[in-house]
Amino acid sequence: MKVLNSESMQLRSSEDIVLVRQAVRKKAIALGFGLVDQTKVVTASSELARNTIDYGGGGTVQLELVQNDRRAGLRLIFEDRGPGIPDIALALTDGYTSSNGMGLGLGGAKRLSHEFEILSTPGEGTRVSILRWK
Amino acid sequence: MERIPILKMGRFLLVTIQVDMHDRLALTLQDDLTSDIVKHRARGVLIDISTLEMVDSFIGRMIGSIAGMARLLDAQTVVVGMQPSVAITLVELGLSLQGIRTALDVEKGMAALTAAVSDAREDADEGTEF
Repeated sequence: MKVLNSESMQLRSSEDIVLVRQAVRKKAIALGFGLVDQTKVVTASSELARNTIDYGGGGTVQLELVQNDRRAGLRLIFEDRGPGIPDIALALTDGYTSSNGMGLGLGGAKRLSHEFEILSTPGEGTRVSILRWK
Repeated sequence: MERIPILKMGRFLLVTIQVDMHDRLALTLQDDLTSDIVKHRARGVLIDISTLEMVDSFIGRMIGSIAGMARLLDAQTVVVGMQPSVAITLVELGLSLQGIRTALDVEKGMAALTAAVSDAREDADEGTEF
């Protein structure tokens, strides 16, 4: 898989979540995503950006246009140096929340994506990567 | 401070969300609406989300809270104009906004509110017979 284009954005405040949603929408349109696919990837990005800020204490998102031999896609990598997630399986359970969310963030973002990866080390931080193919 | 305007129309309050809301703006709207329900003795709230291109769990929860708070303040809530792509995404996200009344457009939403408020009045009238 080749990365055709990559851009990094800061995630510090709730205004940054809006900026990420807009940037993701723009890239999804550029890739030729239909309206439903655009909405899914934008919504997933909003959930994960909020997690990065609320649980990770802020961080970054990397927006990547990727291409394999068959198709193009949009990959989003969210990284923070927050407290990490001790029990990832539990955090992926619907209804589980450690602050004021509805507990749909991680599980919801996973369902809205074709590929989902999470790496988290307690005390070091969390990295969540999602990919939606065209 | 940035705010989403709330219009008063008879016994109802109308809100059209036309901006991509950040979280604090959504919370401000929730606070403004609940105080306006009491201030204007409103019986219904209509929230038009037809221009919203995305509803995530935060905005969904905010809409649910508004409906719940309005109910406690004796007002009904109707959410109108959800785009099909938003509805598809919300269900996949795991949020079905249960217990929230919806309508396809503002006209149908106003009709639903009017009907809900007059039903409530009839029930109250029956109650006073005893």
